[in-house]
Amino acid sequence: MTPVIEMNGITKEFPGIIANDNITLSVQEGEIHALLGENGAGKSTLMSVLFGLYRAEKGKILVRGQEVDIKNPNDANELGIGMVHQHFKLVDTFSVLDNIILGYEDVDRGFLKKDEARQKIIELSEQYKLKIDPDALIRDISVGQQQRVEILKMLYRNSDILIFDEPTAVLTPQEIEELMKIMKALVKEGRSIILITHKLNEIQQVADRVTILRKGKKIDTLDVKDATNEMLAERMVGRKVLFELEKDPHAPGETVFECEGLTMRDPKTQKAVVSDMHFTVRQGEIVTIAGIEGNGQTEMVYGLTGLKPIERGAITLNGQDISHEPILRRNLIGLAHIPEDRQRYGLVLDYTLANNLILHNYFEDRFQSRGFLDKQAIESFAEHVIDKYDVRSSNGADSMARSMSGGNQQKAILGREIERDTDVIIAVQPTRGLDVGAIEFIHKELLALRDQGKAILLISLELDEVMRLSDRIIVMYEGEHVGEFDPAKTSPEELGLYMSGSKRKEA
Amino acid sequence: MREKTWVDGLLDYFLNSSTAVKVLASIIAIVGGLIVGLVIMLILDPSRAFAGFSTILFGLFRNGTQSIGNMLYYAVPIILTGLSVAFAFRTGLFNIGATGQLTFGAFFAVYVGVNWTFLGSFHWVVALLAGGLAGAFWGMIPGMLKAFRNVNEVVASIMLNYVAMYFSTLMVKTTIYNQSVARAFGPAESAQIPKGFFETLTNGSSLNYGLFVAFLVTAILHVILAKTTFGYQLKSVGFNRDASRYAGMNEKRNIILAMTIAGAVSGLAGAIMFLVPGRFLTIESNLLQEGFTGIAVSLLGLSSPIGVLIAGIFYGSLEIGGFYLQVTTQFVPELIEIIIAAIIYISALALFFQNIIYKTLKKRKDARLEATHE
Ligand SMILES: Nc1ncnc2c1ncn2[C@@H]1O[C@H](COP(=O)(O)OP(=O)(O)OP(=O)(O)O)[C@@H](O)[C@H]1O
Ligand SMILES: [Mg+2]
Repeated sequence: MTPVIEMNGITKEFPGIIANDNITLSVQEGEIHALLGENGAGKSTLMSVLFGLYRAEKGKILVRGQEVDIKNPNDANELGIGMVHQHFKLVDTFSVLDNIILGYEDVDRGFLKKDEARQKIIELSEQYKLKIDPDALIRDISVGQQQRVEILKMLYRNSDILIFDEPTAVLTPQEIEELMKIMKALVKEGRSIILITHKLNEIQQVADRVTILRKGKKIDTLDVKDATNEMLAERMVGRKVLFELEKDPHAPGETVFECEGLTMRDPKTQKAVVSDMHFTVRQGEIVTIAGIEGNGQTEMVYGLTGLKPIERGAITLNGQDISHEPILRRNLIGLAHIPEDRQRYGLVLDYTLANNLILHNYFEDRFQSRGFLDKQAIESFAEHVIDKYDVRSSNGADSMARSMSGGNQQKAILGREIERDTDVIIAVQPTRGLDVGAIEFIHKELLALRDQGKAILLISLELDEVMRLSDRIIVMYEGEHVGEFDPAKTSPEELGLYMSGSKRKEA
Repeated sequence: MREKTWVDGLLDYFLNSSTAVKVLASIIAIVGGLIVGLVIMLILDPSRAFAGFSTILFGLFRNGTQSIGNMLYYAVPIILTGLSVAFAFRTGLFNIGATGQLTFGAFFAVYVGVNWTFLGSFHWVVALLAGGLAGAFWGMIPGMLKAFRNVNEVVASIMLNYVAMYFSTLMVKTTIYNQSVARAFGPAESAQIPKGFFETLTNGSSLNYGLFVAFLVTAILHVILAKTTFGYQLKSVGFNRDASRYAGMNEKRNIILAMTIAGAVSGLAGAIMFLVPGRFLTIESNLLQEGFTGIAVSLLGLSSPIGVLIAGIFYGSLEIGGFYLQVTTQFVPELIEIIIAAIIYISALALFFQNIIYKTLKKRKDARLEATHE
């Protein structure tokens, strides 16, 4: 059978780096083909070549046996290729409906035929159980829902070769289950899927074959049923990866971060999104807030860090009341924040990597004197972070953040926040988008920080990560504290009951 | 094996520098705009088109140093308003209010220039500074509105342009009005910006020390943006407001400061325009064009201070070309405006050119590489 997609000898260079080096990939009709590789291995680049966002310098692409020249995403759409990008490409201020039909509008004498489009979207969303309100604005819906919009966009265009670039990085475990089902249903209908993911379990669960890339080169293509997680990880990183970590016993010191009666309201709906939340974090421990996405964790972090005002409650950092302090004060007293949304808050995409690494500290004496930036000091600090956290990019410290791969953007943020050496670190989804090797490194790093006596508040949707790192687990449901657990004495199943609101401990 | 030559070096340089590619794109836009101008001239009057076109390009050298001096004299206020727009733009603000800030600055400069004759030899300096301060104040208003009330700076500035214009005509009428010619008095001689050695150097052109002001402001803004922590913050806020807030930067303060500085620079432009002999504040209701030209120059100069300086001088030379065009041929000087407009349109396509340039260079390089391997 001729493959639906054949990419032969694809080479794509960027100034300073060969992102794809003579890569060959072949996808059969009706299969889910996983693409695995370290951060910066060139996965997104390869898919961008297939989708017409980049032109390869060398190589051929065959779609259904025909050699094609894909100059832009419209050409790709014509060939039935659709893509859900790692960082979504939606218009924030447009409705779901408008985003789906954008660029593919049906018109009748110059007028948009929106009613028909709406009908079709509603049908599609029912058929594939992709629940969505067509009239909601993109900026008002969760990332999980935004992803549904991206999927609907492909289905609306009748694409039958679907590219998913790290779709599960932004989803909750429940949503991931849903997505896996949807993907299986889609291939059953004869569509073909290329799935980029760092989560080996997902590959085991849905993929038929997997192609492994490393540093721009293709390493191998394997049948998934012949591959174990350990094997995949080793092929991908080039060394053994530890899936279990040594953890020293819990020896907490004094309380350094505390919140009491924290209440926050949505300014539009006036609904309480965080109510009467409370916790303490002591030196030398990792406290995790677990919960299903959308239960107030995001808002709580905004309140703790000062990005949003709080209605009531007291936040104490190092003995000082910071409830209403400006962000700068909180940073200076000793709060680091690894934000959930790396491109919105974490980075200035049009700054170089070096400039991004001093975002909080540019005014400190080590980076400036009399108001003039010290280029050399900034550069050497950047080199240090790049080295220690293995941040890979095309031009080192001078790379534009925008040009870096998603996982390497995340590593840069992690390095920056950890190097600030604050007493308290709020880490929201710290390993989102990282490859298994990098996750292992960051987990070790977080545990080392804990052992040094830092207080870490972890917000994570990944139960694996929660169980592995936490000293104490607090479950949040509908903005409230519904129970605290010792990870040694609880199970994911028990946590699940609290997270879904079926059970709660009385305070 | 072929040795690496300077051509390879040059290709590498352009391929690896996004700024170089951008500059090349601007130059292509300029050439494109000039070609549009030439085509129009060919349509209007083929027999004189080429003569006229060379006047546009080389009119600048027609009267030796004098026309160069006059070119710079025209260029100075444009450079300053261009800097004003560019500086605000780097903070993510669109300062369409340059003309208002310029008018406001001009009135106070002239007011001081007419009245405060007791200042002696400092007179022009104080008048100039008065213009800068007034402009700063006028730029600060939309900055504050934006920072504290989230009023769109474009809307606020456009309205303030008219307020400044009517304020100026009203104040002229009530304070420094020259009844007999129905316009403002000119500034006292002591308040006119000195020509100093430019007088002899440029053979009696109108050029004055305003040129140094333009150079100085360019240098200061360049240093602020490229080298200081203040500039780092301003650009950061301009690129990504949320990330800047997350990092603890004071966004409100930055917006107000950026608009105030932008206003001051436009105010200086206004002062320099009117602290000269032979130019007077009128009581007509016209927005001064220089403020808008600044937007074009800022675009062409890629919003970088040094780029704006060069673009402003280029603009000045077109202006002077247009002046001679009118004197020596039938063509109307408005042709210059058309050329400028074409350049702006073409530079709006800059991204497109950047891609083409990049690809062409890349092809050349690959071809040379293959030759090397053979
Ligand atoms: N537009 C660009 N300009 C310069 N370099 C780029 C550009 N896009 C990607 N790169 C570089 O190419 C390499 C591959 O990036 P790519 O985004 O394909 O990685 P990836 O495999 O998707 O990684 P991740 O798992 O982190 O998303 C990276 O080193 C990146 O810095
Ligand atoms: Mg990627």
